[in-house]
Amino acid sequence: MLEIKDLRVAIGDTEILKGINLNVNPGEIHAIMGPNGSGKSTLANVLAGREEFEVISGSVKFQGEDLLEMAPEERAHHGLFLAFQYPVEIPGVSMANFLKQAVNEVRRARGENTLDARSFLNRMKEKLALVEMDEKFISRAVNEGFSGGEKKRNEIFQMAMLDPKLAILDETDSGLDIDALKIVANGVNKIRNKDNAFILVTHYQRLLNYIVPDFVHVLYNGKIAQSGDKDLALHLEEYGYDWIKKEKEAEATV
Amino acid sequence: MPNDQKKSDEKQMLERMTKSEYKYGFVTDIETESAPRGLSEDTIRFISAKKHEPEFMLQWRLKAFRRWEKMKEPRWAFVDYPPIDYQDAYYYAAPRKKDGPKNLDEVDPKLLETFEKLGIPLDEQKRLAGVAVDAVMDSISVATTFKKELKELGIIFCSMSEALREHPDLVKKYLGTVVPRGDNFFAALNSAVFSDGSFAYIPKGVRCPMELSTYFRINAANTGQFERTLIIADEGAYVSYLEGCTAPMRDENQLHAAVVELIAHKDAEIKYSTVQNWYPGDEEGKGGIYNFVTKRGLCDGDNSRISWTQVETGSAITWKYPSVIMKGNNSEGEFYSVAFTNNFQQADTGTKMIHVGKNTRSRIVSKGISAGRSNNSYRGLVQVHEAAENARNFSQCDSLLIGDKCGAHTFPYLEIKNKTAKIEHEATTSKIGEDQIFYLNQRGIDTENAIALIVNGYCKEVFKELPMEFAVEAQKLLEISLEGSVG
Ligand SMILES: Nc1ncnc2c1ncn2[C@@H]1O[C@H](COP(=O)(O)OP(=O)(O)OP(=O)(O)O)[C@@H](O)[C@H]1O
Ligand SMILES: [Mg+2]
Repeated sequence: MLEIKDLRVAIGDTEILKGINLNVNPGEIHAIMGPNGSGKSTLANVLAGREEFEVISGSVKFQGEDLLEMAPEERAHHGLFLAFQYPVEIPGVSMANFLKQAVNEVRRARGENTLDARSFLNRMKEKLALVEMDEKFISRAVNEGFSGGEKKRNEIFQMAMLDPKLAILDETDSGLDIDALKIVANGVNKIRNKDNAFILVTHYQRLLNYIVPDFVHVLYNGKIAQSGDKDLALHLEEYGYDWIKKEKEAEATV
Repeated sequence: MPNDQKKSDEKQMLERMTKSEYKYGFVTDIETESAPRGLSEDTIRFISAKKHEPEFMLQWRLKAFRRWEKMKEPRWAFVDYPPIDYQDAYYYAAPRKKDGPKNLDEVDPKLLETFEKLGIPLDEQKRLAGVAVDAVMDSISVATTFKKELKELGIIFCSMSEALREHPDLVKKYLGTVVPRGDNFFAALNSAVFSDGSFAYIPKGVRCPMELSTYFRINAANTGQFERTLIIADEGAYVSYLEGCTAPMRDENQLHAAVVELIAHKDAEIKYSTVQNWYPGDEEGKGGIYNFVTKRGLCDGDNSRISWTQVETGSAITWKYPSVIMKGNNSEGEFYSVAFTNNFQQADTGTKMIHVGKNTRSRIVSKGISAGRSNNSYRGLVQVHEAAENARNFSQCDSLLIGDKCGAHTFPYLEIKNKTAKIEHEATTSKIGEDQIFYLNQRGIDTENAIALIVNGYCKEVFKELPMEFAVEAQKLLEISLEGSVG
């Protein structure tokens, strides 16, 4: 589904991603961990089409097509979704208005009928229930005045509305209380199926108790330094990133 | 990488978006009757005679003219334009006809067609219920709909010329009481040469059951449009009034200098909404309307209320400060404004809130949006007189910039002579955030729609003040104006 080959990305003169290789197949869940500033959000944003980042080399295929050639909205139309680490506020634009446009644009691009007001509203209610959000959010402005946790839940709600093929969750678990974490995890588990895939960027193994990943990768200094199964996350929880750092340093001196 | 490419694509797209054509730019081929070119006492006598006005009106006009001759064109606004040659314009143009039409059947079909094309069908059968329209083309009222229904309630809604003939005492009593003849250069000019406009009177205790609306259209070339609107809400009355305007695309600039006076008696309320869409000139800044307008409301009685809502997207230059004088105790003034400028448009607009009575309250919400190379200024005065105990004002002035070649300026003035006054002022300037656009892009919404969505959200506080159909209209208009504006 997603094939990243030797992806190198810079912002200004600084190279941030220094050769990423990653394959994600339908039905899989990948967790990406790694210290602050290692490039996790950068990777997520480059995949979503953020323009500040310059792709120096490498390729990304998404369902067989060249992802890097697509405009951000085209990537969304093709089924890529990013739950932002810091969702932005859009004053005056109601969730209903925003999502109606988003859902219908995506449907239109896929050659599907746009939803009428009633079925749209029903769908909103159904998906809000999935993340246990109150219906009053429908008429509030996008993320405006939402608490940190509400913003994160709102990302999962939007994901449910858009029903993506590949969802990248950038630290959606940060800032959630225990109950909210379970709700979000629950939401993801209900949405996941054999045809879609998830990339979870996280700092905490805790999330992975609820959403069990097939693979865990450690991003270190712009590269995937280590890959493994869910036990790698447990190991990291216990020992931190120091050992990876040492390993890398040792490699470099050889 | 396609990164730079994408950036410039986006830029181009944004530019294309704001470069949409003005769709009301057609000219109606109709014979007009004009006063001779130039401005003199003779011109004024000609206009007054053409309109069979009572003598007092002619004298009033002449006084205004003499006053105007001694006045200087104001230059304090943050706008820039070449000197206007007032002798090189026509001050009166009317679609040629024998007598004023008695009913719609007598109106020239070409005129009806023009308004139809503008989306303003004057045919009462075809109209959706709820809005009575007075259509004014080149200074002359073409038709007023729903007159009979209104008359049954004692409401007078007609053209100013007709009011002068049928209700001269009312006109005489109120005309110039809020905007005096010599108030300012353009108001004096208007007082001398105004050719028509709308008149509305709502009697005591009557709530006008439908929106009253005037639709202004400039058609003839080299002609200034000077309309005069006078609205009176008697004790306990309520009226909501809408004004819309368009003009053909012409290379030369045309002058529009209107005066609007509102009078609200005790417990009365007037809501005045404008969607101004005069031709703004082309992308290079050629042509377009100079819109120099004086609008003022007087809250004369206690507990009265006047509210201005304006959506300004047109005109090459806008100079306009709808104001409220809160003379009655507990009276309220409001001003809600969206001013959009693009290309080479210049807008200097805002409001004056004059607190005279006790416990008077005013609220200002101004939303400026600049794109292209345009300049958008907010100029607002809040004045609290000695006797105005416990006056309250809240002002919020926001500017939104689209691209980096445009400008936004805020000039707030405060004159407070009573210590009990409470004044709050908030101002923000922002750019449409790339983060916001990217967020919407990521959800499948392209940049053009993303910007429209963000701008609409930004204007929401003002749009919600507009009557329903007008709000939809305003939203669409803004979307069209935005097309090709972002870079
Ligand atoms: N717009 C930018 N300008 C300059 N540097 C940037 C920019 N965006 C990211 N960086 C730098 O790139 C590096 C990687 O940032 P990124 O946000 O991808 O890290 P992260 O792994 O997501 O970290 P965290 O765990 O703290 O979220 C950091 O050093 C960051 O400062
Ligand atoms: Mg991050």
